[in-house]
Amino acid sequence: MALREDQIERYSRQIILPNIGGKGQEKILQAKVLIVGAGGLGSPCALYLAASGIGKLGIVDSDTVELNNLQRQILHSTQNVDKPKVESAKERLKEINPDTEVISYKLRLTSKNILDIIKDYDIIVDGSDNFPTRYLVNDACVISKKPLSHGGIFRYDGQAITIIPGKSPCYRCLFPEPPPPGLVPSCQEAGILGAVAGVIGTIQANEVLKYILGIGNLLTGKLLVFNALDSNFRQVRVPQDPNCPVCGENPTIRKLIDYEEFCQLRRKE
Amino acid sequence: MSIKVRIPTPLQKLTQDKAEVDIDAGGIKDIREFIEKLGKDFPGIKERICDEAGKIRRFINIYVNEEDIRFLKLDKTPLKDGDSISIIPAIAGGGSTQPPSAVSLTIKGGR
Repeated sequence: MALREDQIERYSRQIILPNIGGKGQEKILQAKVLIVGAGGLGSPCALYLAASGIGKLGIVDSDTVELNNLQRQILHSTQNVDKPKVESAKERLKEINPDTEVISYKLRLTSKNILDIIKDYDIIVDGSDNFPTRYLVNDACVISKKPLSHGGIFRYDGQAITIIPGKSPCYRCLFPEPPPPGLVPSCQEAGILGAVAGVIGTIQANEVLKYILGIGNLLTGKLLVFNALDSNFRQVRVPQDPNCPVCGENPTIRKLIDYEEFCQLRRKE
Repeated sequence: MSIKVRIPTPLQKLTQDKAEVDIDAGGIKDIREFIEKLGKDFPGIKERICDEAGKIRRFINIYVNEEDIRFLKLDKTPLKDGDSISIIPAIAGGGSTQPPSAVSLTIKGGR
């Protein structure tokens, strides 16, 4: 594919980067990325990916925009309160870059629909907000061999890891089980600073671009841990767990399970 | 002997909001003894890290100098002067809106 003149102008500042060039830009324009959640993490991630020229951007979210979202979910605007988030997202992303095809999925991902949705994409970004979805997305990506950028935030803490199934450890290698409730404050009590979501969501966009371009080192086999109060970034090593139920030597999970139940079982412990 | 410990946000209520604490680790051989001492210095924290049987919970990882103790010797992982320890729990927040449908789970942050 040949770059149009307006594309050469639009993307000139990244085309001139070492390791990108016209070839790299073509890869970006042909890439297909699915973002799960148009919230605090999904917003900055989608904005940077659309701006960079990603060819096809899928956005999954079943919610509508609320006024209390706008402090951190920078895809959405005041006039779009009460609109479905996927519509609001599409509107904004189209304004930024008409090159990017935006596909909206106004739904909750489940064991029944996820494999069919992710099969059309090169890499998945998890910006969801609950454990059932996070384990569902992880397992579906491992089973479908789809790369996954995982990000999570809590108050002033953030985490990110990139998973290349078959090559690097998965989320279950890192955390075999979700926590039961009652051990930590509820989400309403917890709160979040928008900029913290911005840091982690932007790191996820950066991981996606490095993967598509095949440059640099991904956050595979390591967890990036961010603390906003100290402006501290650390990395800890994440080994592949040979006993991992989904990507270990003898996997016990070969097809998707009921994730609400999986997390409820954990709840009762 | 002193050991530096990084405390994650959800546990900082128990460390007077400190993200990092120093533990006087004289005589402490391994992670198990470290957790006992941490629990003495900061009452309530051991119960958050370990279950009723005293086992480290499966959604909390402990790292000694960036290495996960599950891949070392678990709670028998030896400690030495100057080691740094990180306690890192699973967090699920994505800065979205709605609680997960039927299940109200914890640490989903970001709402």
